[in-house]
Amino acid sequence: MKSPRPEQPLAVRITHWANVPLLAVMAASGLQILAAFPEMGPKGAPARWYPFQDWTPPSWMRAGGWLAGARHLHFGLAWLFVANALVYVVWMAVTGEWRRRAFQPGRDSRNALQTLAWYLRLRKSPPEQELYNGLQRLAYTIAIVLGAVEVLSGLALYKPVQLSLVAALFGGYDGARAVHLLGLVALVAFTVGHLVLVLLHPRALASIFTGGRRS
Amino acid sequence: MTVSRRTVLGFALLPLACDSGKPHKGALGFAERLNDRVQRGLFRSGKLAPEEPASAVTSAGEFPLYKVGDAYPDAPERWRLRVHGLVAKPLELSLAELKRLPPTQFRVRHHCVEGWSAVASWHGVRVAEIARLCGADPRARFVEFRSFERGQPAEDGPEVRYYSSWDRESAEHPQTILAYGRNGDAMTIEEGAPLRLYSAVKLGYKMVKWVDEVVFQPVRTGGYWEDLGYEWFAGV
Repeated sequence: MKSPRPEQPLAVRITHWANVPLLAVMAASGLQILAAFPEMGPKGAPARWYPFQDWTPPSWMRAGGWLAGARHLHFGLAWLFVANALVYVVWMAVTGEWRRRAFQPGRDSRNALQTLAWYLRLRKSPPEQELYNGLQRLAYTIAIVLGAVEVLSGLALYKPVQLSLVAALFGGYDGARAVHLLGLVALVAFTVGHLVLVLLHPRALASIFTGGRRS
Repeated sequence: MTVSRRTVLGFALLPLACDSGKPHKGALGFAERLNDRVQRGLFRSGKLAPEEPASAVTSAGEFPLYKVGDAYPDAPERWRLRVHGLVAKPLELSLAELKRLPPTQFRVRHHCVEGWSAVASWHGVRVAEIARLCGADPRARFVEFRSFERGQPAEDGPEVRYYSSWDRESAEHPQTILAYGRNGDAMTIEEGAPLRLYSAVKLGYKMVKWVDEVVFQPVRTGGYWEDLGYEWFAGV
C-alpha cells in the first residue's frame, strides 16, 4: 500500500518556486538581447509571418542593462534553469508522480473537453477529477514541453555551427530565433492563465506553499 | 567534469552577485569562464559550417558593415601584414604575396552578437597556412589579430586599436581566413580591405577588419568589445 502523498510534495514546491525567479530573469534578459535586433529573419529577408516584427520590448520588461550584461545573465542562469528542470523531471520519473500530472490523451482528453465546456458555461457541473482535471494536465504538460523547446532552440542560437543538428530541428538559426521568441510568448500566456486560475481557486494556491492535503 | 566546491559556490552566488555593467566580474564572470570551457569542449576543428546556397546570399547594402571609428579607415601607404610573436620566422607580407598563397573560399552564414544573420562568400588565405609559414610555436595557445582602425570605447577615454584575441584552435579552423575578397570580388574598404579576418565559427565582433598584425601569444588577451564586457570566446 502506498503511503499518502501531499497534493504538492516538497520537491514540486521547491522546483516550482525556484523556477519563478529563474524564468522571470531568463525572460527579461532574453528581451534585453532581443532589443539589440527586434527583427526576425535573416538580414534583407525579414520573416513576414512573424507577428511581433520590430517590436522592441519596453525597458521595464528587460534585465541585464545592455547586450553584453544580458547575454552573461542569460547564459549563466540558463544552467540553473536547466538544472532545476532536470531535478523536477527526474524526480517525476523516479517517484511515478508524473502519472497524476502528465497529460495522457487516452485518459485525459474527454475530461479536458468536459472541463473546457464547464469553463465556457456549456456544462452545469465540472467533471470528476483527481488531483488535476484533464485541462490542467494538458496545460502543465504543454508548459514543460515549451520549456524544453526554449532550451533546445536556445542551444541552436548559442551554437548554430557546432550544434548544427539542433539548429536543423528549427530550420536553422533564424528559425530557431523565431521559435525561441514565440515559445516565450506561449510561456507568458501560460503564466497569465495559470495566475488567473489559481486566484480563482485559492486552495490550489495554498497547497503550492503548504503541500496541501494528503491522499 | 567534476563539480568542485567553487562551482557550487559560484552558482549559489550567481543571483546575488550580478553586476551587469561588469560582466567579466563576480558571478557573471564566473559563469562566463564556465561557459568558455563548455564552448571549448563543444568546439570541433573538423566541424564545418554548412555551405549556403547562392540564393541565400544577402543582397548588397543589406549586409551590415560595422566600424568603431568615425569613418572607414584608409589603409596606410605600403601596407604589410606583420606576423610575429612566438614564431620561428616573423613575416611581413604584401597583399600580392598573400594572394600567391593557397586560396580558400566558402559561403557561410554570419552570426552577429546582436542576433542578426547574413550570408556572403569570402575568399582569402587560411590563418592555419600563415601559422605554418611562420612556424608558430605550439606553446602559443592564442592568436591576437590587430587592426589599423581606431575607436574610442569610452567617451572620455583614449583611442585604441581594434583587436581581438582568439584561441588557437578556432584561429586554425579550416573556415577561418584572412580574407581579401567577398562574393567573388576584391574587398572594398567598407568590408575590411585590404585584409580582414573572417570565420564561420565565431561571432562577428571577433572578426577583425583592416588587419595589419597577427601575433601568436602564450597568453590570452582581450579585444575591443571583449574589454568592454562582451564574452571572449564567442564561438558559434
